[in-house]
Amino acid sequence: MRTLERPFPGTDTALNILAACLLLISFAMLSRRRTQRLVTLLAWQGMVLFVSTLLVAHSSGRVEMYYSAALTLLLKVIVLPLILHYLINRLGAQWDTETLVNIPAVMLAGLVLVIFAFGLAQPVSVLATTITRHTLGIALAVILLSFLMMITRRKAITQVIGFLAMENGLFFAATSTTYGMPMIIELGIALDVLVGVFILGIFFFQIREQFDSLDLHHLEALKED
Amino acid sequence: MTPAALLRQLAQIILALALAPLFAGWIAQCRAWLQNRSAPPLTQPYRMLRKLFAKEVVLADNASPLFRATPYVLFGTMVLAAAIIPSLLTDLPFARVVDAIALIGAFATARVFLSLAAMDIGTAFGTLGARREMMIGFLAEPALLMVFFNAFLLFGSTAFPNLVERYTRHPSLLDPSVLFSAIAFVMVLLAENARIPIDNPATHLELTMVHEAMLLEYSARHLALAEWASSLKLYNYVCIGFALFLPWGIASSTQHGLWVLPVSLAALVCKLLLAGGVLVTIETLSAKLRVFRAPEFLAMAFLLAVLGLLVHLLLGAA
Repeated sequence: MRTLERPFPGTDTALNILAACLLLISFAMLSRRRTQRLVTLLAWQGMVLFVSTLLVAHSSGRVEMYYSAALTLLLKVIVLPLILHYLINRLGAQWDTETLVNIPAVMLAGLVLVIFAFGLAQPVSVLATTITRHTLGIALAVILLSFLMMITRRKAITQVIGFLAMENGLFFAATSTTYGMPMIIELGIALDVLVGVFILGIFFFQIREQFDSLDLHHLEALKED
Repeated sequence: MTPAALLRQLAQIILALALAPLFAGWIAQCRAWLQNRSAPPLTQPYRMLRKLFAKEVVLADNASPLFRATPYVLFGTMVLAAAIIPSLLTDLPFARVVDAIALIGAFATARVFLSLAAMDIGTAFGTLGARREMMIGFLAEPALLMVFFNAFLLFGSTAFPNLVERYTRHPSLLDPSVLFSAIAFVMVLLAENARIPIDNPATHLELTMVHEAMLLEYSARHLALAEWASSLKLYNYVCIGFALFLPWGIASSTQHGLWVLPVSLAALVCKLLLAGGVLVTIETLSAKLRVFRAPEFLAMAFLLAVLGLLVHLLLGAA
């Protein structure tokens, strides 16, 4: 049973549900084959992050959290998915399907990762005092699942999407343990992510020009020279 | 057991028997609307049943008694399940005695009998359907069990009436794990009731059939009973979903008075209309999976159910 003596009794439950949604989206990303769907899921993940940051800002009464939420909305829900859609269209990868390693096996590995993350977060969340402390385990799980996605995928675009999902997980971990990072660091990270996606976009074109495919498998051939 | 309780129990069973074909008709109607076809009337399943009951049974020469008994077993187990699941009210003598795990046992009994009967005649399609059904069944069952376990943990009981009553008493207890279990449950429901991502109920192509392939050899009243049982199965699953995730409107044992039953009946009908719409939307939006993708789909359901349990242990323990 949850304690209900806080000023906004619903916030706690709502945050837990949002965290669960985040985990759900991570698993959905792990199981999708279409690249375009992954971008949509990434945008949804950003949306969940935006709502949860807004809720934390509202209940903790910190003004800078509102800025951080606005930044999340602008960057993760609007700009990055647009850039990725543009890249996918330019590269002609809309209907690209990826042959994955056996999906149930990946899912089971993901489940083990979730258990690991929950176990890891348990002692930390006991010490924390923020209202979102229980969600730290989920944030860690999201990070590890994005890692898993980057490992199991072979296309360059999906790896970048995995990277962005990992950044989402880190952001969620930051808000859940410490009410977010200082504004200047957050701005720096946001800029880094944006520039990173631009640079990786240029890389995509270079990779495709060189190998006629976005499969990173081909890059391994470079070692022999 | 008082006569009043027995009467309530009987009323609920008769209601399930009457509503199940109507629910199937409603689904067919919604489906036709979404596909821009003119819809069959709501009572079409009833007309089908009447037609089939009036016909003469044709049996294969080598049909064993098992083949003839199976439709009755199917129908019986589904009626038993309808008696256990509190769809209208929770104060049911049957539901107090039998818990949710026994319910899964009842469904498994029906599955085993249907598969054996399908293989009994020895046609290729029957055997094929039976094997596929068993493959889907053995993957769907653990997922359903996990969904149940989550509810048991959440409300501390294995009996349906207690689950429903605790849920209605604490509506604020919206646990995040319920989200995961609900999605897992919908996936199991689709798989177990031969719905579209796994099996197409309206198919005429034997190679893609699962459930229909097992019924190919049945005719007349046997077929009618089997069809009625499968519509009852869908109704039962939907009612389990209501009991676990949308229990509002189900009359609890503490409520008395004449106005309770009409209210809960109205709530049930509204929920059924809604559930039919949602089910048809899912079916229309998704394409049928290859048979070899079915394990993937069900592994996903199992995984979501287990995740629900984990999330409950992490977040709910606070």
